[in-house]
Amino acid sequence: MLRRRIIPCLDVADGRVVKGTNFIDLVDEGDPVAMAAAYAEAGADEICFLDITATSDGRATMLATVRDTAAQVFVPLTVGGGIRTVADMRAALRAGADKVAVNSAAVRNPRLIAACARAFGSQCVVVAIDARRTASGWTVHTKGGRTDIGIDAIEWAARAARLGAGEILLTSMDRDGTNAGYDLGLLEAVRYRVDIPIIASGGAGGPDHLADALAPGRADAVLAASIFHRDHYTVGSIKAELATRGIAVREVA
Amino acid sequence: MIHIAVIDHGAGNLVSMEQALDDIGATAVRIDEGQDLTRFDGVVLPGVGATGAAMRTLRRRRLVDPLRTYPGPLLGVCVGLQLLFERSDEDDTTCLGLLPGSVRRIAASTLPHMGWNSIEDISDPLLPAEGSPTFYFVHSYVADPVDEAIVSGWTTYDTDRFPASVRRGRIAGVQFHPERSGPAGIAVLERFVDECKDHRRAA
Repeated sequence: MLRRRIIPCLDVADGRVVKGTNFIDLVDEGDPVAMAAAYAEAGADEICFLDITATSDGRATMLATVRDTAAQVFVPLTVGGGIRTVADMRAALRAGADKVAVNSAAVRNPRLIAACARAFGSQCVVVAIDARRTASGWTVHTKGGRTDIGIDAIEWAARAARLGAGEILLTSMDRDGTNAGYDLGLLEAVRYRVDIPIIASGGAGGPDHLADALAPGRADAVLAASIFHRDHYTVGSIKAELATRGIAVREVA
Repeated sequence: MIHIAVIDHGAGNLVSMEQALDDIGATAVRIDEGQDLTRFDGVVLPGVGATGAAMRTLRRRRLVDPLRTYPGPLLGVCVGLQLLFERSDEDDTTCLGLLPGSVRRIAASTLPHMGWNSIEDISDPLLPAEGSPTFYFVHSYVADPVDEAIVSGWTTYDTDRFPASVRRGRIAGVQFHPERSGPAGIAVLERFVDECKDHRRAA
């Protein structure tokens, strides 16, 4: 049976892990390679790095971090942030990433999704969507969540899947950093429209939130950051809690 | 020292495979052009990317014949396993034809099959003899061998059951990614390296 995935996310700026609340207030949390290794050891099913600086200097630093991580962490690694072209994606994969997340650039140029899927296979193309609730649904935000571009998030997810995305990383901007739980309505709305895996992101505060997001008709995997970074929970303790709630997770050795 | 050729078919992450092999004391050598592979103790055909693009690159780099005639232990991983068969429904591709059968899409409501899954009915020496360990899979296509006897491990996802590993003599394939499956995956690569050692001793 396929296990549900627990994915610690490390927001990386200039070679250091940071985690913002609602994408703004950044606090330094540690060394990305050491943290990724510790999470893998603790039973993380994948590791996700998001480069939140995405400047050209920052990108070179990020590739070095990916290279160092891939050399010692033998679980899948997803890298996102500042990926604009097929060449950017190739560089990340060649550095040791298994999957690459595209966000703003795919919104500007949806054909990027198809081009990356053709070149590397759908399985390594993750489309990251930052969604915020409106009166009638959700809209897509770009530029690290700052700009509402007025596109319906559910429609965009469906289109990304048609173009060849292998997975949707779906972040609720309203919930991100709040520890108030995932936006379950958003997960259900996207699940109803796409047949590729969905990673829930934004709002994890505890095991109940993860269990809610992983319930049937919602997400296949959950991404969480601050609940792990600050030792509120370990990956192992979260998995044990999920198992008692009847969710199939990979046992931690 | 065991030297393993890691075939570069142009896509995806070879670093993990090379690092994993280095980590267990083998020397990984990246091969991106046609050459005599018989000097290597084993060959890994790794597995990220799309089948059509991978075969095109293997042809352009004149690696098809060296792979087809390689006499030692050969391990295909993920797409690399699929390339061992005769043809694939993905991109309607003619593959290496080392194993009889084809490659078909998984029957499931959500694809790719992505994440950690268990393996049943294990008979492959590369896989653990006991327990039900989980390995990391990410793929939408699976092998459909003519002879099910070459299937050395099975996995179930949604309503579909398909080969997690195949084996005919020195030719083996795993549908999961050992280089991304933590300690259990590294142990699979260790067993492959042991197989390469045995082959060299016997040669």
